[in-house]
Amino acid sequence: MSTSDDLWILGIHMTKFGKHTDLDLVDLAAEAALGALADGGVTIHDMGVIAAGNLMQANAPIGQMLQKQIGQTGIPVYNVSNACATGATALRTAIMAVKCGEAKFGLAVGVEKLAGAGLLAGGSRKSDTNVYTPKGRYGAVASVDGRIGTDIMPGVFAQIGMEYGHKYGGTSFELFAKISEKNHAHSVLNPLAAYQKRFTLDEIMNDMMIAYPNTRPMCSANTDGAAAAVVCTGDTLRTLSLEQQRRAVKVAASILTSDPYDEGCQVLPNVNSLTRNAATQAYEQAGIGPADLDLVELHDCFATAELVHYDNLMLCEQGGAVDFFHSGATWREGAMPVNVSGGLQSKGHPIAATGIANIWEVAHHLRGEAGPRQIEGAKVGLAHVIGLGSACGVHILERSALASSAA
Amino acid sequence: MATTTPTRIPLVDYLVLDHPTGPHLVAHECTACEARFFDRRNACGNCGAANFHRVAIPTDGVVKAFTIVAFAAPGIPVPFVAAVIDCHGTSVRANIINTEPDPEHVSLGMPVRLATFVVGTDDDGTEAIGFGFEPATAEGASA
Repeated sequence: MSTSDDLWILGIHMTKFGKHTDLDLVDLAAEAALGALADGGVTIHDMGVIAAGNLMQANAPIGQMLQKQIGQTGIPVYNVSNACATGATALRTAIMAVKCGEAKFGLAVGVEKLAGAGLLAGGSRKSDTNVYTPKGRYGAVASVDGRIGTDIMPGVFAQIGMEYGHKYGGTSFELFAKISEKNHAHSVLNPLAAYQKRFTLDEIMNDMMIAYPNTRPMCSANTDGAAAAVVCTGDTLRTLSLEQQRRAVKVAASILTSDPYDEGCQVLPNVNSLTRNAATQAYEQAGIGPADLDLVELHDCFATAELVHYDNLMLCEQGGAVDFFHSGATWREGAMPVNVSGGLQSKGHPIAATGIANIWEVAHHLRGEAGPRQIEGAKVGLAHVIGLGSACGVHILERSALASSAA
Repeated sequence: MATTTPTRIPLVDYLVLDHPTGPHLVAHECTACEARFFDRRNACGNCGAANFHRVAIPTDGVVKAFTIVAFAAPGIPVPFVAAVIDCHGTSVRANIINTEPDPEHVSLGMPVRLATFVVGTDDDGTEAIGFGFEPATAEGASA
């Protein structure tokens, strides 16, 4: 990539994740957007494009609603929806617009109101029809959720973790609970996490079972939240102040993939191939390997999911995720800190905000602004999200050379 | 009073009930690459070819993934075991039935076989027949 092609995050912001009773979708989006603009030292009037992500109220044009709240400048707005990868998709859309030269600055926003939402998939069972009539794609005469497998996310991702265990061995209820123990332990250092409570392994294993082996604290928390980022090219960045250049974070790779065909993907979503494909492309684009990473924020929507992504992101040898975790590498003191934010299990998972908030976390460390949870000397980090259906976003971020010379 | 055998209908159209060798599942197999789909496709998700034929899926296999759902949407009885069965190379989504829904009775790699059960009866007296997989070893099955 030539210097004129390089892409940068100029400003970035996330709201606290949690229950925001008094803030609606637009309020949260505005807080994140204005925060990102101020962080980058620019205004809405500098923006040439907005990419706005929201999933659960996606029929509303959230980007235009945001404009009415903070500035109706008439620029193009792309409202995007891509399951749990919606935030990364919004960022990627803004990046593509800036990269191709259609906009000088792009604003990406992801926002979700999810507090108290409960299970997000899986049909309730009403009394079945009076006279059986085959309906739908499978000619079903009665509801199938719970009769032919499960549609609930904790159950789907439980099977994804168990499938890894079947393939490579070494998994257990206790192993998955220990992954959750790590992330909750990390969360106590993150004031923006919805839950900042350290749990003992016993507490996690004896909490309410949702879908074995995932107990309640092993599931991502449904919360409200928003995150936003301002992006520009290196050419634009070099016209800005030294302070803006010092704090800008380089987007060394920005990749979005969908799930290729795999045997069995129609009965259990395959989150592995598209993550491995995205990671492979991202490492190639950034010109680095997994060993160069100082920290990783990956999509731990459930404890069972985190395990498989150690492998998919090639943080360990193929089939070696269990041993890798047991080595302690993924704790914040370890060789490859994973989810030092607390991850989605404690930070919360306001769906469309997640794919930008994980980039905020990595950027914070690269800027040396992560306070008590700072990973010292972090130069390169990776952020990963998965949306079932499926979509995978992987971004690799690098600290500005100016930041390291100033440090 | 004359007794009549109640009419039966499969829960889903890829379950075949009346066959000389017994109940089994069927799939649409791509004639070009042999990828299998339980629902209809206009073209194969793997290779893009547009021709399919019906194939019977083996009725035995091993558990390659499972979860025990303890918390579900209203009206769905819990706990139940949701699983993916590897039926000799074809992955099948199903519940594990006819055994206790706990980690002592269900395990990865466990051999299982297809079994059917009555889901319910409609106003015309038609029985809906569902399927699951039960432990194939005597010790696994709770008689």
